[in-house]
Amino acid sequence: MSTVSSSLSPEAPRWPAALRSACDAAARAAIGPLAGFALFLLAWQVIATSIPEIPTPGATWLAARELFADPFYDNGPNDKGIGWNVLASLQRVAVGFGLAALVGIPVGFIMGRYAMVSAMFSPIVSLLRPVSPLAWLPLGLLLFKAADPAAIWAIFICSIWPMVMNTAAGVARVPRDYLNVARVLNLSEWQVITRVLLPAVLPYMLTGVRLSIGTAWLVIVAAEMLTGGTGIGFWLWDEWNNLKVEHIVIAIFVIGLVGLGLEIVLLRLARRFAYAEE
Amino acid sequence: MQKFVRIENVGQTFDTPRGPFVALRDIDLTVAQGEFISLIGHSGCGKSTLLNLVAGLTRPSSGVLLLAEREITGPGPDRGVVFQNHSLLPWLTCFQNVYLAVQRVFGARESKAQLAERTHAALALVGLAHAQARLPREISGGMKQRVGIARALAIEPKVLLMDEPFGALDALTRAHLQDELLKIVAATRSTAIMVTHDVDEAVLLSDRIVMLTNGPAATIGQILPVPLPRPRDRVALSSRPEYLECRAAAVDFLHRLHGNPDKKPAQAQEQ
Repeated sequence: MSTVSSSLSPEAPRWPAALRSACDAAARAAIGPLAGFALFLLAWQVIATSIPEIPTPGATWLAARELFADPFYDNGPNDKGIGWNVLASLQRVAVGFGLAALVGIPVGFIMGRYAMVSAMFSPIVSLLRPVSPLAWLPLGLLLFKAADPAAIWAIFICSIWPMVMNTAAGVARVPRDYLNVARVLNLSEWQVITRVLLPAVLPYMLTGVRLSIGTAWLVIVAAEMLTGGTGIGFWLWDEWNNLKVEHIVIAIFVIGLVGLGLEIVLLRLARRFAYAEE
Repeated sequence: MQKFVRIENVGQTFDTPRGPFVALRDIDLTVAQGEFISLIGHSGCGKSTLLNLVAGLTRPSSGVLLLAEREITGPGPDRGVVFQNHSLLPWLTCFQNVYLAVQRVFGARESKAQLAERTHAALALVGLAHAQARLPREISGGMKQRVGIARALAIEPKVLLMDEPFGALDALTRAHLQDELLKIVAATRSTAIMVTHDVDEAVLLSDRIVMLTNGPAATIGQILPVPLPRPRDRVALSSRPEYLECRAAAVDFLHRLHGNPDKKPAQAQEQ
């Protein structure tokens, strides 16, 4: 609020009207979501009162306040604050996801550029893409003999397919006109890639990245339930074993919020780099 | 007459799933240095195919094309191409679009300041010095096409090749750009080959109009000289008898001798 009023202060005589209309707009935009959440809480309350094992919204809120009062405590390997667990999961996603981008984007590029390579690898990608990334987890455990790299491996596997497919589709869909321009100007292969292909493909690549991060965040929770150690997925499962149902509900909300945040960040990024034709 | 561009006995056949398709046959044409040639004909007569052959984007099935006594084997910076739909790279500003071409041709010999100066001069030539920092989506269709012309001219090509450069523009913008092109071609003494389907545009701009018969297997039907003095002025020209004669001859060729192929599709397909 203070920033709004200070930025408008040069036009002091008019700002109350501008502020009021901004408040009106915000209120109108907020009314739908607020009503939705109110209904949601009501339904939750009704269910929780009829089924005693389910915590009520109020009980969950109290548990959450306690939990978030100290999210970064560390009492040894199996008892860490929820903040540490979320960070551990995010770190795994970042590593697996980064490796997938490092491999998947160049592979997609080559597949899109050379029909022969595409003919070779497209069937393999089509075959492996529908497989749940968790099916790859035992192979990861076998290969790396540790839980942490195996979880990263699962993230890598699930992230790589959308990146490969979208990058390849983007390269194949670069308008002919742009390639003709490149030919007529006699651009070097390096210039074709940096000045024509990369900018043309970037929006497709970022779509792939956005799809990947969504799946990666889904998968890490499940993978951590299986591998244990740290991470929000492990924490959720651990609280189930401790029968702290409030904490499970809290974990669900935290996972949702973090996923939403990742999605928003990448959408912003995609919009920043998308070029508009007209 | 100095033969600058030579097209000798060129034919173009495309392989299609339904067998070979003869697009062009027996094309013989020479273009002198500084000459402005229009290729005119109905849709599908292969005018763009012929221009692409000169551009080097495609290779002929038979015959040979030469530019300044050297065979055309692929695209090269000795030919500047203006595409029908401007084909500016949307992520580069007008300046960067032109600079990309300039850098490729002169980058090895000249400093960055000289390259920027060339780019600036090319944009100034088409009257767009003020718009150089803008992205293609921020300027009008006519301005985009002018940037396309600037990009083609900036590399100082031996021949300027234009594929219906004003086809996508409204009539007033088109007339305005035709006048600009007249001035630019006069100032740079460019040799130019332009594909068009607009008779008035062809007469206004050209020294000779090359009229193609209908496809498939199109060839040159007639070459019409346009003996109008330069500099040409659209308004003064429109009442001159030579202008009207040229116009009438072109219309006669296109609509009486080689009528619109769409009106008799059965015959065209049998050929």
